[in-house]
Amino acid sequence: MEKILSKPEALKDTNMSYCPGCGHGIIHRLVAECIDELGVREKTVAVAPVGCAVFAYDYFNFDVTEAPHGRPPAVATGIKRTNPEKFVFTYQGDGDIAAIGMAETIHAANRGENITIIFVNNANYGMTGGQMAPTTLIGQKTETTPFGRDPKREGYPIHLCELLSTLEGTTYLERVSIHNPQNIIKAKKAIKKAFQCQIDGKGFSLVEVISNCPVDWGMTPLDSIKWTEEVFIKAFPLGAVKDKTDEK
Amino acid sequence: MKKLVKGNIALCEGAIAAGLKSYFGYPITPQNEVPAYLSRKMVELGRVFVQAESEIAAANMVLGAAVTGARAMTSSSSPGISLKQEAISYMAGMQIPALIVNIQRGGPGLGNISGAQSDYFQAVKGGGHGDYRLIVLAPNSVQEMYEMAYDSFDLAEKYRTPVMILADGIVGQMMEPVEFNRPEKKDFEEKSWHLNGCKGRAPRSIQSLLMKDGVLEKHNINLQEKYKTISKNEARFETYKTDDARVIITAYGISSRIAKSAVKLARKEGIKAGLFRPKTLWPFPSEAIAALAKPGVKFLSAELSHGQMIEDVKLAVNGKVPVEFLGKAGGAIITEQEIVIKIKEMIK
Repeated sequence: MEKILSKPEALKDTNMSYCPGCGHGIIHRLVAECIDELGVREKTVAVAPVGCAVFAYDYFNFDVTEAPHGRPPAVATGIKRTNPEKFVFTYQGDGDIAAIGMAETIHAANRGENITIIFVNNANYGMTGGQMAPTTLIGQKTETTPFGRDPKREGYPIHLCELLSTLEGTTYLERVSIHNPQNIIKAKKAIKKAFQCQIDGKGFSLVEVISNCPVDWGMTPLDSIKWTEEVFIKAFPLGAVKDKTDEK
Repeated sequence: MKKLVKGNIALCEGAIAAGLKSYFGYPITPQNEVPAYLSRKMVELGRVFVQAESEIAAANMVLGAAVTGARAMTSSSSPGISLKQEAISYMAGMQIPALIVNIQRGGPGLGNISGAQSDYFQAVKGGGHGDYRLIVLAPNSVQEMYEMAYDSFDLAEKYRTPVMILADGIVGQMMEPVEFNRPEKKDFEEKSWHLNGCKGRAPRSIQSLLMKDGVLEKHNINLQEKYKTISKNEARFETYKTDDARVIITAYGISSRIAKSAVKLARKEGIKAGLFRPKTLWPFPSEAIAALAKPGVKFLSAELSHGQMIEDVKLAVNGKVPVEFLGKAGGAIITEQEIVIKIKEMIK
């Protein structure tokens, strides 16, 4: 019998520690498939964040370094500037990239660093038990917004792609989701395009992946998919926010 | 042929000669000559210079460059060094060699821009979180800024650990003739740990998060073993007229220059004074100090702080002889006359 689909070489053959229904497994696989298809596995140096995906180095089958919380864009800058021929991407969550690491994010983007960021937005701090994130929706209940996020008290959710789109240094910014197969296919296309942007030397690319976190949202996996579709992606519209890959 | 340059410039030349591939910095006085000089020089040499958005980012860029096996450094002055402590702790835990330079200024807080030695505790006792040590080098001349910057990378790589040069605003700013006498390093050994893509080998990861049962405990034991080896091999110091001295001044960096003048002044008056100068603050040359702590000898720790290194001198002396202190901070400088007056009081 002909084998038409197998585990990507860029993923290790191991169990993942992510919660049932969590989106990280899907996103890891999409990243790994793109790396294999682009043939860059052996020249990849990736940066894992602090947060659930800190364990990425246990799952990806290529070189991965840890970074302090929020600092992956700075660490990636150091790697890429020193080794321009390597393929460098960071994999970060919402708290990492848009709260504690916002300065590193904005300035790496503004310098037009030729790196790629895979930004997993699940609207809360997953690893620490579901606290409010910079992307937590208005009214969303979390460990630290028990009455729901109130803009008067906690401010507004940050739309990172839109924020970064104002910076001339950014080339490609797209928001995708993985709540159903159709969107998973779109997400993979975006990730591949962002990686290609780096390979072509066109500068800073970031894909924001809307992902579900059923355990910390206090939902079943199915309900979390429903909430993503009906609420989450209404607050965070999908699509390319900026695409200058044809101009650079 | 000697060249007349500032300490901060000599430091840059030492790092460049040692094969510095990537520099990441942020403006702060009194270390500004370092990024300013390297912003031109590194680009001319086809190497990496980035002015980071913060001290935090600069230190993390160093982490990124060094994790790929390249020689990388950052420099700053006291308040900026506080911000770098996060990355320093990670680099110690991840066992990443790199150079961090502190051209100390007055503190606490924003302090002022005058030279000071108030960051000794931060440099040698930790600074960041966790059980770790940095190799801490203390130059006291412009020539040593050059030499120690050059040597620091070999030390860092030998032990896979970050190294700090703890200088001060005076050594950084003053001009002295320097012999740039070290060979340009070009060939570097292939490392067994660095991340450069997994072509032809199994993928690697470098991390400080060690969650599995007992793994972090073992990692800490291994780190401590390494620190023991460093302590045994790398303690460096120099002495001046300590053989017959009744009062031995302990001083590092710019204080040791003042202290040496004080010893000469005292000797002119027939007072038997001497100087013990640690060149490494960690490992601290405790055994050498202990060997000098003979009956009848007194120690005087002279510092541009309110008493930091004196704690290590006391630990080394272990109560055998008295240890006294003379120091000023906040940009004030002790004079050789003040030291001589203090010595006279001690031998009264």
